Amino acid sequence: MTAALYGLILAGGRSTRMGQDKAALKYGERSQLERAFGLLAPLVSRCFVSVRADQQVDALRAKFPQIIDDADGVVGPAAGIHSALRAHPDAAWLVLACDLPFLDAATLQNLIARRDPARIATAYRSAHGGLPEPLCAVYEPAARAALEVYLAGGRNCPRKFLIQSDTLLLDQPHAEALDNVNTPTELDAARARLGAEATGTPRALRVQYFALLREQAGRRDEAVTTAATTPRELFAELAARHAFTLAPEHLKVAVNAEFCDWSRPLNAGDQVVFIPPVAGG
Amino acid sequence: MSSFRFTPTPLDGVALRGELIDTHCGGFACFEGWVRDHNEGQQVTHLEYEAFEALGVREGERIIAEARERFGVTQALCVHRVGDLQLREIAVWVGVAAAHRDEAFKACRYIIDEVKHRVPIWKKEHYVSGDSGWVNCERCAAHAHDHSQEDHDHHHAHG
Repeated sequence: MTAALYGLILAGGRSTRMGQDKAALKYGERSQLERAFGLLAPLVSRCFVSVRADQQVDALRAKFPQIIDDADGVVGPAAGIHSALRAHPDAAWLVLACDLPFLDAATLQNLIARRDPARIATAYRSAHGGLPEPLCAVYEPAARAALEVYLAGGRNCPRKFLIQSDTLLLDQPHAEALDNVNTPTELDAARARLGAEATGTPRALRVQYFALLREQAGRRDEAVTTAATTPRELFAELAARHAFTLAPEHLKVAVNAEFCDWSRPLNAGDQVVFIPPVAGG
Repeated sequence: MSSFRFTPTPLDGVALRGELIDTHCGGFACFEGWVRDHNEGQQVTHLEYEAFEALGVREGERIIAEARERFGVTQALCVHRVGDLQLREIAVWVGVAAAHRDEAFKACRYIIDEVKHRVPIWKKEHYVSGDSGWVNCERCAAHAHDHSQEDHDHHHAHG
């Protein structure tokens, strides 16, 4: 049986080359950690942030569900991956570095869609050299025992772990999606690249529909490329396209699986849901 | 085990109650929402529930956490059905175990009331007449074109 998929954002690094906490770096209005969590959380059943024990109460990290590294001598990302596999041994984990400013929802959706639960892991080939990318990959429950053997041998490189394990390797849908940012120079370049995309040009979003809106739209979800900058503008555009009978004052809106304001700025890759009047119970 | 979940399979109240057994608790209160055969003058034949599960689980877990904090209860669980339901089936199950009965009753009431108002779940009723409709949505939709503002306090707030 395919294990339930949980998400883990790695935010326990020491950011030594950057000289400041990478998880807190901002592109536009959101920190890298918030952006990564926002991308991954809607695609998995539960989503956590991996932290070191001394980071639990850090203001940025404290607002997310956490998996705390259990200190048994392992350092680096392997510690976070191992702690997650140990904390929820029946789950598979989509592990994600927090410092991937170009990562998009399509890259994650493709990884999940093509995941092979019979393997130890499913990962992308690096766009730079073809080796597995260990920090945007799915680790199946069976990875736990294999990783423990690997760590017991004194090794802790997750890339080498994937190389020597039964890992399904996929090509990336967008070659630059997993470029990471480690130094202040790389950060400036990334901000310039994203800034050029953010000003005025249409954003690619995903909209999911439920209940009456699903029936009226005739679909469960839709990829939308739009110049709308807020959910209010987006709803007006979609209501015209699908002839929705519910007006915005009857709806709530969620972006990336969290309720939000109708005037929240929309970012590329956001997942938007308009919520009709509910009727549970 | 999470404190709020959705399931497409029939709910077993006895099994769910078993998840809450706790020797620290002296009181257990439970609410079951059942599929009934009528609503607002129409004969209902069956229902379907649809949920935005990613947000629904988060909001449901927030409600349970609020109930624990407000009433000091020890164990609380809410499970909501999704998919097609027939008459007499359990649509939603809430169970609360606490040291004493008072907090168990109060927390159980709080959880079901908040779940009905806040969790993104939708109910479609199918009627003997062959019609069907999304509860709480159709009336809003009928009003949408004339911008009628009367009685719109019920958005997301009745059920």
